[in-house]
Amino acid sequence: MRVVIAEDAVLLREGLAGLLERFGHTVVASVGDAPALIEAVAEHRPEAVVTDVRMPPGFSDEGLRAALHLRARRPDLAVLVLSQYVEQTYAAELLESGAGAGVGYLLKDRIGDVREFVDALDRVAAGGTVVDPEVVRQLLRRRRDPLARLTPREQEVLGLIAEGRTNASIAGELFVTEAAVAKHIANIFAKLDLPPAADGHRRVLAVLAYLHG
Amino acid sequence: MLNRTALEALTRRPLPFLASSWPWRGAAYLAASVVPGLAAGATAAAAAGGALVTPALGAVAGLAALALSVPLVARFERLRLRLVDPAPVPEPPDRRRREVWLAVMTVLAFWWIDLLMLAFTIAGPLVLALTPVLQEPVSPLIGAPASLAGVLLLPVAAYTITAWGGARGAMARAMLAPPDSELHEVLRSRARLVDAFEVERRRIERDLHDGAQQRLVSLSMKLGMARLDLPADSETARLVGQAHDEAKRALAELRELIRGVHNQVLTDRGLAAAVRDVAGRSPVPVDVDVALPGRLPAPVEVTAYYVVTEALANVSKHSRAARAAVTGRMEGGTLVVEVRDDGVGGADPERGTGLTGLADRLSVVGGRLSLSSPAGGPTRVRVEIPGS
Repeated sequence: MRVVIAEDAVLLREGLAGLLERFGHTVVASVGDAPALIEAVAEHRPEAVVTDVRMPPGFSDEGLRAALHLRARRPDLAVLVLSQYVEQTYAAELLESGAGAGVGYLLKDRIGDVREFVDALDRVAAGGTVVDPEVVRQLLRRRRDPLARLTPREQEVLGLIAEGRTNASIAGELFVTEAAVAKHIANIFAKLDLPPAADGHRRVLAVLAYLHG
Repeated sequence: MLNRTALEALTRRPLPFLASSWPWRGAAYLAASVVPGLAAGATAAAAAGGALVTPALGAVAGLAALALSVPLVARFERLRLRLVDPAPVPEPPDRRRREVWLAVMTVLAFWWIDLLMLAFTIAGPLVLALTPVLQEPVSPLIGAPASLAGVLLLPVAAYTITAWGGARGAMARAMLAPPDSELHEVLRSRARLVDAFEVERRRIERDLHDGAQQRLVSLSMKLGMARLDLPADSETARLVGQAHDEAKRALAELRELIRGVHNQVLTDRGLAAAVRDVAGRSPVPVDVDVALPGRLPAPVEVTAYYVVTEALANVSKHSRAARAAVTGRMEGGTLVVEVRDDGVGGADPERGTGLTGLADRLSVVGGRLSLSSPAGGPTRVRVEIPGS
């Protein structure tokens, strides 16, 4: 897979590039700020972008804004955003771009779990959605209607959906059958008033309902 | 004790007071009225000279002379004020108008009152003391007691002179700057201090983010990669695995520390997002309902954020609440934020809830904090901050 990396800390940028190359990806460009990211994507047309949130020139949320800008122009571009801290607003904005297909929002700490990190990038590139477990954990603490209507088990399942898991993977995690998972998910959709539509789309809407709490 | 003004010096014990420089400074202050007196004389002379030609010219010349002398007299008044009141005089925005007013009053009235006061206060005891010399054919029976009385009256004169000098200084100060401008100055300096703290916190956050945090992420990544290459059941793999976990824990701790120092979400996304953020980390579930029309001035947002953070920390530490709620609204240009919980109540602001520590911040933005926490609950913390 052809990837563009945007990260202003040189140490980390080079480490990330080495990591991705090791897992067989091609890093076509590594840049250090948001404008360079937008240029690099226009020039190299990568399949995926890995970007830091906070970058020059303003050291605020330039990376996220650049990611949203790129998604608006190329909804098929997979974007994995790395953040120093969990911020639900960032996660929600990201998931709203292109209905959440092919986006991910992870804490920077997760890079350390190299295999899981590369897996997450692969899932995002395959059109999946990945939300950091820490975001999910915070949201569980702050639930309100209509999420309060979910049973603890359904909340657990929704948390795993938010992490970008498939039904099979959720079933494995919870030691239940896939049919049971499908039933929980149907209940979640019903309780969150999500009309029957394309299944993947509803999953993202459920996660969004979750994020907006 | 150090005395800051002539009036304060009057409260000292008599001997130290009389030995101090204050009576002399008071006298010098009053004697210096000769200078505005000269200005008054010049004005009068100009007016009289003009009036010899026509009365109208007299008025014009008099006014012109007054106008010329006013800036000089104003500057002189500021200078001589230091004799009886050395503290710097604040410079309010309307200082020109105030200086003109003081100078006109001095030229027209104060100078001769000062000089008369000085003359009578000193002349009385002096004449008495010099009775034997001044009144030649006087019997020593009268002369000696009179001169003794004069000498004894001199310290009294010192008090009178210092009192009048100090009072005149207080008048001049009041005319040069409104009485509450020093309070404003205190508030401004407190605001500068709070700002400086905020700038410093941001700098520390930035340094930690750019330095330690990046290095720890990089370290954790390298340890993660090293683990890939090691046989899973080797001793080295176990040690590297432990080091990796330590690095990840250090990262998590550092992240919490950095957030405590300065919340970047607040800077980037404003109060509503930052409140959702802090609520999301509270162990007690929190309903957040903050709807604001846009961004507010940074000091307002920061203060409200600290109040919410502190109040939610108290909820989880002391209230034994099952649920809390934060609401935020603009009400007629005032930001009103309320934190409620369904806990046991009985919070005492005197016993250091941490909220009292926010008093300085609140006073800088002109905010108000109220706490209602009857025993048995519920507890309500309400903060109101003027929004602009």
